[in-house]
Formats: sequence, C-alpha cells, structure tokens
Amino acid sequence: MAKEVKLLGQWVSPYVLRVQIALELKGVSYEYLEQQFGENKSELLLKSNPVYKKVPVLIHKDRPICESAIILQYIDEVWGAGGPAVLPSDPYERAIACFWVSYIDDKFGPSLVGLIRGKTDEENAAAAEQAILGLELLEEAYEKSSRGKRFFGGDDVGYLDIVLGSSLRWIEVIEIMRGIKLLDNAKFPLLMAWAERFRAAAVVKKLMPEAGKLMEYAKEVQARMNAAAAN
Amino acid sequence: MAVSGDEVKLLGTWASPYAIRVKIALGLKGVSYEYLEQQLRENKSELLLKSNPVYKKVPVLIHKDQPICESAIIVQYIDEVWAGVGPAILPSDPYERAIARFWAVYIDDKWFPATIKIIKVKDEKEKAEAIEQSFAGLSLLEEAYKKSFKGKPFFGGDNIGYLDIAFGSFLGWVRAIEKISDIKLIDEAKFPLLAKWAERFGSVTTVKENIPKTDKVVEYYSKVLKALWNA
Repeated sequence: MAKEVKLLGQWVSPYVLRVQIALELKGVSYEYLEQQFGENKSELLLKSNPVYKKVPVLIHKDRPICESAIILQYIDEVWGAGGPAVLPSDPYERAIACFWVSYIDDKFGPSLVGLIRGKTDEENAAAAEQAILGLELLEEAYEKSSRGKRFFGGDDVGYLDIVLGSSLRWIEVIEIMRGIKLLDNAKFPLLMAWAERFRAAAVVKKLMPEAGKLMEYAKEVQARMNAAAAN
Repeated sequence: MAVSGDEVKLLGTWASPYAIRVKIALGLKGVSYEYLEQQLRENKSELLLKSNPVYKKVPVLIHKDQPICESAIIVQYIDEVWAGVGPAILPSDPYERAIARFWAVYIDDKWFPATIKIIKVKDEKEKAEAIEQSFAGLSLLEEAYKKSFKGKPFFGGDNIGYLDIAFGSFLGWVRAIEKISDIKLIDEAKFPLLAKWAERFGSVTTVKENIPKTDKVVEYYSKVLKALWNA
C-alpha cells in the first residue's frame, strides 16, 4: 500500500514536517520524494501543484492535495480510524484550533521567515517583535484551550500542536543565528514545557530534522543571500 | 424552518464580502441571528474588540456567547453545528473538501487581493498588472470548474456549497470594480462557465438577500474608500 500515498517534500520545510507527523500518527505508509529547491522542480511537483509549485503535496490514489493545513484535515478525515483524531471533535474547539493554525500561517510563520531573511537591523527587529507577540498570544491560547492538559489537543498531540511544533527546530536555529531568545522560559513557561513534551513525543523525535543539519542549511542560505546582495 | 437563534449574533459590515459569506451560510441553514453592523474605521465596539482581540475585524460569529473568527472557519463551524439542518455546505467526500478548501484559500490569498488592487492603485502599470493577475486567477477557476466540478450548476454540485459561497460573496465587489474601472472581469467571452455560474449564484434567494447592490458599493468606494486609499 506504500505506493498509494506519496509525499513530495523538502527536509527543511516545517510545512512538510507537519504532514509527516500526521501520516505517522495515523500509521499511514507512504513514499517520500525529496524535492529540489530553486530551478529544477520535478515534473511531478509542477504537475501536482501547478498553482503554487511548492511542497508539501500529498498524492493519494494519484490525486494531489496541496497546502499543509488542508492536507492535515484530509489525512484526519481519510484515515480517521488509523489513530487518535488530529482535529478536535467539538466544533467550537475545532474552530479555535483552526483559528490559531491560520494565525501561525498568516502572521507567526512569516515573522520567522522575516528573521531568517532580514537584511537590516530594522527588519530583524520588526520580525522579532511580531514573533514574540505571536508567542504571547499562543502562550495565552495554550492556557485557555489546554485546561492543564499536556498538549493543545488534550492528552495527545493534535492539529495545533503539530502546526506550532513543526516550527520549533527553526525557532532554535533562528535564536542561534540572530542571537536572540524567542522561546524564553521566563516569558513563556507554558509553551516551554509544552515544547519539551512535544519534542519528546516518539513520532516527533523520529521525524524532526537535526538541529546541526538545519543550522548548516540556514548558514548556506544566509551566505547565498549575502553573496547575491553584494553583487 | 427557522432554528431558534437568540444565541447567535453576527458582527459584520454591509460591504464586507467575508461577512456576506457568513450571512449566506446562516441563511442556507435557516438560522435566525442578531446582526450587529460594526464601525471599523474609528470607534470599534467593545464587543468587537472583546470578541476578536487578535485581528479586531469582521465577521465574528458569537454563538452561546463564544466568538468564532475568520469567515472560512465560521462557515465550516456553521456547517458542523447545524449539520442536520438544511443542505450540507462542505462536500462530504474528503478529496472534494480538500479541493473546495484549496480554491477558497487561493481566492483569499491571491485572487481577491489582486482584484481589489485594480481600484486601489493609481499607477497605470500597477493597475495593468493587477488586472492581469485577476484574469489569471479567473482562468484557473474557470479551468477548475471545468475539471473538478464537471458541468454541475454550482461548485457545490446541484446546490450552492462552500466554494460557491467563498467565491460568490465577492460578486458585489467584482461588479463594482468592473463599473469603477470600466473593465469586464467575469467576461462571458473569456470565462463562459464562470459567467453563467455567477448568474445562477446571483439568483439564489439567500444570495440576493445578502449581496449589496453594485451602485451602493460604487458609492461607498467613491465617497469613502477612494480618499482613504489615496491618502
């Protein structure tokens, strides 16, 4: 059944990691196809995601599904029996989880990208401010929604855990690269404790990219950007 | 079959296509609700600020005193809470749901921002680019309609569904933009399927009740938005 499900991804992408975690949680075997960056996009990627030409793309029974949030919901619906529910079953709780996922994708995620790509001190400061605001909101959201449970989703890793948790490795890298503390234990005790629990989850330990490897990649990206700027 | 709804409030503005989506969804389900027109420029209401502290925007649905924000999330919430009532808004098949969600996201992230830009920018070159991007988006949607929705009267099939609502709620603005800039966007010659779909969508009772008249939108642009955007 491995061929029935394919995942087009890139090992550095937190969006791809989200999908891998979800598939793993549901016990779905799949064929992982690492994609090239930049110019040499594969035929399969271009055919499967002609609109955005980006990863992740899930291909199930030869039909592509794009956009990580949409893929996660698809996985939860198709392989409902395979593991604990990824999305909350209560409509209101589901709406709250979807709200924060949307916030992470629209505001928090881009601030992290801003911190990686920022060229000036001002850009970096603005991005850092936005990122920290995001963490403040998420710390508060965790307090409200989790009601003392281990994860945003309750006893098990759920939708919001997967989405936020997939950016943890990048947050670590950014903290080192930029010499700033984002996930500050003093400011965000609940998120820090949550992050430790998330990282310790078997499925996450198996799939998170190595910090060292990601750091190397980030340095390469910076070097390329600096070279391009210099020219 | 009206469902008792002193528990349902909707914070919106008459011109907001996002609020219109929610009105249509509530209308389809026959849910009675209290509509509260909001001020967005200055003097945001206490209720709005309390209900949507993160974005301070409309629409916000308040159900049993719990706020739900973001139009896409609200529409899905309505579909789930009033699942037994009226037609289903989202398709039942997971793959079809993923496709409907994908195009709704595309419309929000790419197509409408490009389209509204047509009347926001003064520079002729920027305007021409915006028009081109809007046409490119309509082209994709025309193709999607042909491929994925296979000649049914609506994206949702025989009845209007999630993607019809997501896309069609912009029609008041589309017609206003066409009038203001003297361009035909949903041109029958270029996009025959979409043009006919727009007519059918526009004739649905719930839609007719909630999409503002083109002239009212044009007037709002001329008297309020134009000055605001050129500032």
